[in-house]
Amino acid sequence: MKGRWSRKLIAIHWLSALVVIGMFASGLWMVDLTYYSTWYKTAPHWHKSIGLILFAVTAYRLTVRLRSERPPSFGNRAENMAGKVVQGLMYGLLMGLFFSGYLISTADGRAIAVFDWFSLPGFGAIVENQEDIAGDIHFYVACTFIGVATLHAIAAFKHHFINKDDTLRQMLRLRSSK
Amino acid sequence: MKKLVLAITAALSIGTANAAEYVIDTKGAHASINFKIQHLGYSWLTGRFNEFGGKFSYDEKNPEAANITVTIDTDSIDSNHAERDKHLKGDDFLSVDDYPKATFVSTKVVDKGNGMMDIMGNFTLHGVTKPITIEAKKIGEGSDPWGGYRAGFMGTTTIALKDFGIDYDLGPASQHVELSLHVEGVKQ
Repeated sequence: MKGRWSRKLIAIHWLSALVVIGMFASGLWMVDLTYYSTWYKTAPHWHKSIGLILFAVTAYRLTVRLRSERPPSFGNRAENMAGKVVQGLMYGLLMGLFFSGYLISTADGRAIAVFDWFSLPGFGAIVENQEDIAGDIHFYVACTFIGVATLHAIAAFKHHFINKDDTLRQMLRLRSSK
Repeated sequence: MKKLVLAITAALSIGTANAAEYVIDTKGAHASINFKIQHLGYSWLTGRFNEFGGKFSYDEKNPEAANITVTIDTDSIDSNHAERDKHLKGDDFLSVDDYPKATFVSTKVVDKGNGMMDIMGNFTLHGVTKPITIEAKKIGEGSDPWGGYRAGFMGTTTIALKDFGIDYDLGPASQHVELSLHVEGVKQ
């Protein structure tokens, strides 16, 4: 479908945006919960479950995205290149988050329960102190991701308010300004 | 006077010759450092430190001259649950990045007879050094089948987490940790 983003990709885009913000906030919050908090067990359980579901959704999103053509881009060549790099980086960092998160919880070979629907098996540690190393990576990749996503959002607003082009409208399926 | 000096020197050298030096057999894993703590007051949670080392000197005839030092790699804590171990190694508990080692250095041994001893010493954990007493018991000593000589002990002590600056609230039943050491030394 040339000329516009498919409804599927748009839905996944905005859903992912909401989820990753929620995941970042919940991740920072849940590691400081007290032992007697009612969220002590629930918050990590949901964080892991939602993360793994987002992994499946993102894998599906990538297959759809790679098989579809993107709508026309605006701005100069440098801006287009920068946009591509940032978007590619976001996919890469997301994958880094999925894998590092998985490697924390499965370092002892335990499976991860996705809500109480099914479990994703663990394969144990590949490196010593994997839970710590994967944990550090998970944290720093998450911070980097949020930074890059902020750039992505600023760029979208710049297209919309300064360049007054259709970049953001395309992702909202709004009628063109022209 | 000269004779007295000689006699003292001789006595001292006999003393040191008798108090054999042992290295804790971590290589063959005939030693372990375990901990247990109450979970909510309903059960015991047990775990161990996988990496440590140490040495002791011991003479059956003069147990009070014994001494022992043990160094534990705090990041080797193992409670058989990676997520919990990650939490235990983090800032809420052991802060292993800042305090990678825990050590025990004995200062005094009180013989209680029948192989029982109180080993007093300084325990450093989480950057805090406090005197503790380990209640120890000699298990046995003698030749091993491979031409060496071994002596083995066990010891237990209880520490309050707060004493060592670890104040994450695990509940009223979980303020103390029991440590138990099982060490076999190979005579050097």
